[in-house]
Amino acid sequence: MPDETIAERVIRVFADFKKVGADEIKLETTFEELGFDSLDGLNLVFELEEEFDLVVPDDKVQEMKSVKDAVNGIEALLAAKSEAAA
Amino acid sequence: MRRVVITGIGVVSAIGNDSRSFWRSLTEGRSGIGAISRANSADLRFKNAAEVCDFNAAEHFTDKELMWLDPFSHYGIVAAREAIADAGIEFPEGERDRMGVITGSCLGGKETEDRLFFDLYGEKKTRFPPIVIPAAMGNAVASHVSMEYGITGPTFTTSTACSSANHAIGMAMWMIRQGALDAAVTGGSEAPLSYGSLKAWESMRVVSTDTCRPFSRDRSGLVLGEGGAMLVIEEMERARQRGARIYAEIAGFGMSADAHHLTMPLADGAARAMKSALCDACISSDEIGYINAHGTATQANDVMESNAIRTVFGDLADEIFVSSTKSMHGHALGAAGALEAVATVLGLYNNILPPTANFNEDDPECAINVIKNDALPSSPKAALSNSFAFGGLNAVLAFRRFEG
Repeated sequence: MPDETIAERVIRVFADFKKVGADEIKLETTFEELGFDSLDGLNLVFELEEEFDLVVPDDKVQEMKSVKDAVNGIEALLAAKSEAAA
Repeated sequence: MRRVVITGIGVVSAIGNDSRSFWRSLTEGRSGIGAISRANSADLRFKNAAEVCDFNAAEHFTDKELMWLDPFSHYGIVAAREAIADAGIEFPEGERDRMGVITGSCLGGKETEDRLFFDLYGEKKTRFPPIVIPAAMGNAVASHVSMEYGITGPTFTTSTACSSANHAIGMAMWMIRQGALDAAVTGGSEAPLSYGSLKAWESMRVVSTDTCRPFSRDRSGLVLGEGGAMLVIEEMERARQRGARIYAEIAGFGMSADAHHLTMPLADGAARAMKSALCDACISSDEIGYINAHGTATQANDVMESNAIRTVFGDLADEIFVSSTKSMHGHALGAAGALEAVATVLGLYNNILPPTANFNEDDPECAINVIKNDALPSSPKAALSNSFAFGGLNAVLAFRRFEG
């Protein structure tokens, strides 16, 4: 799905992980609301790394507490990655 | 009731390949943490580990033995040989059925498996030497030590992640006390620094990119270590009769399960294991002068463990000295409890408590009395050594100073 936005892709990863429809995941949804504990969070970050082919540093993982945090974090990491490649 | 004492000690570690040099490093507060050389760390987020140095397996084993032994067995067997020689114990006909070898290991021969899997999936090789299964099995150390010395009593291996060695030592002590054994070689060994295992740890995001700073406010995670440590333990009257040197009494063992979460530890479970060890040892909480903490330097463990110590000891916790020697020998997983039992026992025997190295700053969330950076002359009557494993499995050993 090449025309998906980053936010849509992040939401799809969350929805697949949680085994729910994408419409049930909103940007404002927090990890807590999704019932994620620390280990779920680690697994989800691994899924995001796979989806976007990047490495999320350990300290960035601590900052991700909601879907929006994850989108922002991934956008920043993708920007840094394309900058490094340029 | 039969009592159980420690008469022999052996160590292979990042801070010394015999018990004497291990102890010297501990008292000097010298950390063995440095750059990883055992595996390629180029694409790892962390670059440091506590590796065994200057250890040449070929000096200890024949070519034929080397073929069958994973590094975790090198460390375990060499430590067992030192402990047996140190104890001066013999295994005569007629007594061998009442002597056993009880070892702990979390991973067993993962380095051997890692090489096989690389050849299999990476190099597409189709044929393998027949050594992998016996070299990789978790009970390899127990089996080799029993064969080398003709020890024919109860011999087995416990595997409870980071509590493996404490469960092994505790079970060995109980079996001597209960009468199934008169003496045992017991401890643990681990060689977790293969590339596959390091990558798996990386994804857990609990390994420090720097060094191991237990209970320090700026702690940043655990640092993996490797090695082995073994004790010879015996029924007290037997040890006395043969005139053995007695380092300390191993007086109690307590275990519990959190029944809570795979990776988030619960203070209640740790506290119950400590209380149970005190009760089993008939030691009152005001007799404990030192705790060798699990102290991994992860955010979660150190706060949880400090709270658990407070729960068990209340205001006495202000006085009880606590250190995590993982700051020096690293977190050697299934060998950790054995290395720490040695640190605790030699502390009681030498009247010096080992410090927590790399300590920078008090953490108000860790309200315990940490021995910071320098060893401390002190002569506690009794001490605890804590091990808490992923999966919420806790094992605590209680030791008492031996007064003759």
